Amino acid sequence: MKIGIVVFPGTWSESDTFYATKDILGFQTEYIWHKDQKLNNLDLVVLPGGFSYGDYLRTGAIASFSPIMEDVIKFANNGGPVIGICNGFQILCESKLLPGILIRNKNLSFICEWSNLLVNNQSKFTDEYQNKEVIKIPISHGEGNYQADRYTIDQLEDENRIIFRYCSNDGTVNEINNPNGSINNIAGITNKAGNVLGMMPHPEKASEKLIGGDDGLTIFKSIMKKVSDG
Amino acid sequence: MVSEEILKELALTLSEYDLIIEKLGREPNELELGLFGALWSEHCGYKHTKKLLRTIKSKSKYTLTEAGEENAGAINIGDNKAIVMKIESHNHPSAVEPYEGAATGVGGIVRDIFAMGARPIALLNSLRFSDLSNDRNMQIAKGVVQGISGYGNCLGIPNIGGECYFDESYENNPLVNAMCVGLVEADSILSAKAESPGDLLIIIGSETGRDGIHGASGLASQNFEETIELRSAVQVGNPFLEKLLIEACLEISQLDELVGMQDCGAAGITSAAIEMAERSNLGLRIDVSKVPVREKGMTPYEIMLSESQERMLIAVRNNEYKNIFNTLEKWDLKCEIIGEFIEGNDVEIYNQKEFLSKTPIKILTSPPEYDLNIISTGYAPNKKKITINKSYSSFNGNMIKDFTQRIFESDNIVSKKSIYNKYDHHVQTNTVVEPGSDASVLRIKNTDKMLAFSCDGNSRLCGVDPKLGAEINIAEACRNISVMGATPIGLTDGLNFGDPTKPKGAYELIETFNGFNHACEIFDTPIISGNASLFNQGHTSSINPTPIIGAMGIMNKNTNIPSKGFIVPGHKIGILAKNLWGTDLGLSGSEFQRIFDKELSGEISIDLEFEKVIQESIRKLIAENLIKSAHDISLGGFMTALVLSCEKNKLGAEIEKVVPENWAGALFGEDQSRIIFSYDVKNKNKISKILNKIHWSEIGTVTKKNIKFKNILIESDPMFLSYNKGFSRDI
Repeated sequence: MKIGIVVFPGTWSESDTFYATKDILGFQTEYIWHKDQKLNNLDLVVLPGGFSYGDYLRTGAIASFSPIMEDVIKFANNGGPVIGICNGFQILCESKLLPGILIRNKNLSFICEWSNLLVNNQSKFTDEYQNKEVIKIPISHGEGNYQADRYTIDQLEDENRIIFRYCSNDGTVNEINNPNGSINNIAGITNKAGNVLGMMPHPEKASEKLIGGDDGLTIFKSIMKKVSDG
Repeated sequence: MVSEEILKELALTLSEYDLIIEKLGREPNELELGLFGALWSEHCGYKHTKKLLRTIKSKSKYTLTEAGEENAGAINIGDNKAIVMKIESHNHPSAVEPYEGAATGVGGIVRDIFAMGARPIALLNSLRFSDLSNDRNMQIAKGVVQGISGYGNCLGIPNIGGECYFDESYENNPLVNAMCVGLVEADSILSAKAESPGDLLIIIGSETGRDGIHGASGLASQNFEETIELRSAVQVGNPFLEKLLIEACLEISQLDELVGMQDCGAAGITSAAIEMAERSNLGLRIDVSKVPVREKGMTPYEIMLSESQERMLIAVRNNEYKNIFNTLEKWDLKCEIIGEFIEGNDVEIYNQKEFLSKTPIKILTSPPEYDLNIISTGYAPNKKKITINKSYSSFNGNMIKDFTQRIFESDNIVSKKSIYNKYDHHVQTNTVVEPGSDASVLRIKNTDKMLAFSCDGNSRLCGVDPKLGAEINIAEACRNISVMGATPIGLTDGLNFGDPTKPKGAYELIETFNGFNHACEIFDTPIISGNASLFNQGHTSSINPTPIIGAMGIMNKNTNIPSKGFIVPGHKIGILAKNLWGTDLGLSGSEFQRIFDKELSGEISIDLEFEKVIQESIRKLIAENLIKSAHDISLGGFMTALVLSCEKNKLGAEIEKVVPENWAGALFGEDQSRIIFSYDVKNKNKISKILNKIHWSEIGTVTKKNIKFKNILIESDPMFLSYNKGFSRDI
């Protein structure tokens, strides 16, 4: 079982992700350079956070044309599990693996803080959580305001594909507990087939109690368990 | 003969020009004059501070570098790991163009750190602005914070703390001091030099443009009335390119054929290349035509003096550049061989085959050193006695309530969350204590260590008395580290002062160094690196002397770091201090005096030996896990520290004391060497044993709500509210 973390120029959460999956959880993990053509026998691909290509043009836009993305898209379309974190989520939207788009935060500023997330455990990435569990994971973004047309949002809701929503300590989902203006407090969604997850919060940054919490690890545990169970 | 106007543009005096002629034995040509202007600038040449800097304590058993020898100072933390750190200012560029000024300030200090082969692991910053009710000040503050956020967040370096302080002395002259911390294997710290003749000089990164010419000599080294005109002297940053440079440079730093690395900062290639040659005791031949440029027609003068950002110089063993070029190509970075280190002591500059200049390096790098003692001769500081308003000396409950509330509406006291939440402080997953405490704490992966960092300085106290103020700034920096349980082992300083050619400015600098030297000896904390920004003055007067201290402390990973605030009702509240209520002098230079008396006057004091004892004591209590919270009493005095201790978990306090008649000094005085802490009553005997013979007392109990003294009750909710509401205007 092997996890691959794609490194674009400007990516900065690859080593935090590596530390979480390899050093803490013990999964075999390797980096994949964006100029590579092929993924090599992987069970999970992570597109980590950062500012790929400086986020010039639009966030994630240039990275979605990196050479490796062709194979990542193929891998995803064949049912391979992919997690896009923060900039990775933006890249997944630009690559059309996920619907919608992430625009500027409603307060027009970068936000870094611990966020509360209400978990929907009906996915490969979250079924080791309790349903409606409230977890704490940091956000760190300037453009995390998820938007899509009404039809798409209805579809996401109807198909139960909204996996994380920003909420209060006790799980209340409302405007006050929405840090960036995302429609329906969306913090993370999956694709229709359920094998691609995009999320703005950084689970790799919630990897140890010493640094404030380890709620993020369960995402990697859940998906890797699914992979090993076949 | 050169015109005075040209000399003024280069910030050289006529007598300095004469000195150049005398040393060279001829008149410099135009290019050479530019080189001198840059290298003899205050920013590069430290003309007014070098003599003082030599006196400073810069070594201890932990230090690994000689002060001023490298891009930053290094400290051994054991396990073959070293910390590299430094502060740099970008005050004048930020006054002219706040966003880019602050952004490129971050860029510059980060390059200083990875130039030593160190992975940048933390940023901190100290920001000073004037009153936010003025639109221009607001624009500056907002631009600076957005600039740091925009540039820093791109780099994947956590911004873990610092301070933001407002005082009218910074009108038209904001201070932006950025500190960067790096981690490196102690045995592989890179040096900024070449090894032998034949080593190649290679430039990496951005192309050289026309931006930032005369930045060092113009912006950073002159009084800058009318410098809004100098906007073209401010550089524009590209954080994405900087991020690539970090990764690529750290990768090539592992290669044996790379012998030295240097940041291209102030005065661009001129300063970087010539300083490298000087350190290496070698000569240097540069061909400016080889430097990749952004536009056609750039003159050799412009190429040598451009301060375009995101450029590094490296020295590489001759003919062994293939692996290095391959790595740089992998990161899509441009690089070009622009020169060669040679035998001798001269820098030779060519434009292709055309010979432009041959100048002895020693002359270029030896600007005159001015003796501040002579400049300050006869200066008598205008010591204003503090006038204590009569209404402060008889107990007045309503006034206490009113003033406490108004203190909590001061932009200097309120939560700085709206700033630090714009900076990523979690990336790299080492942040154990986040911004908002007395110091921030990082763990160092694969070791049993944690490090605490702070970056601040009280400038009003320095305005009252620069020597004692400097001592207090170091004491307080160390106290911030100690209340986390860490032992301070290294400092870096950012000196922000007025005009050193005037008696007042010279006096303030001399006194500051006297204070530094005294305090550093007592705490055994060397100042391993630093930066001097002089000529800070707006249109009316010079700033208060502002020596910023960046401090680092070390502790074991198992330390139970106390919270900044009280944890649960029922815990006891203790105080370490000579006198709980301080002395009559406490209001001198205080926040209280600034807000209510609108003046800066009085006398300040500190007993450094006592300070050392209470810091050792608090560290002992923490090491024995006997206390739950600890907080330094500083800005805003005892009352502010008490309310903030309550605010953390929305609790209250019952203090078994009567507020004395001189309530203002007692509650809001800023006497030094005081720490408020809380503990479980069952630990009291053990605490008493450890604090045996040291001044401390139990003063009360943590409660659920409100602040109660024997003779007054103050509601806590309104203060919590205004504290959390943040700044008077949204930065």
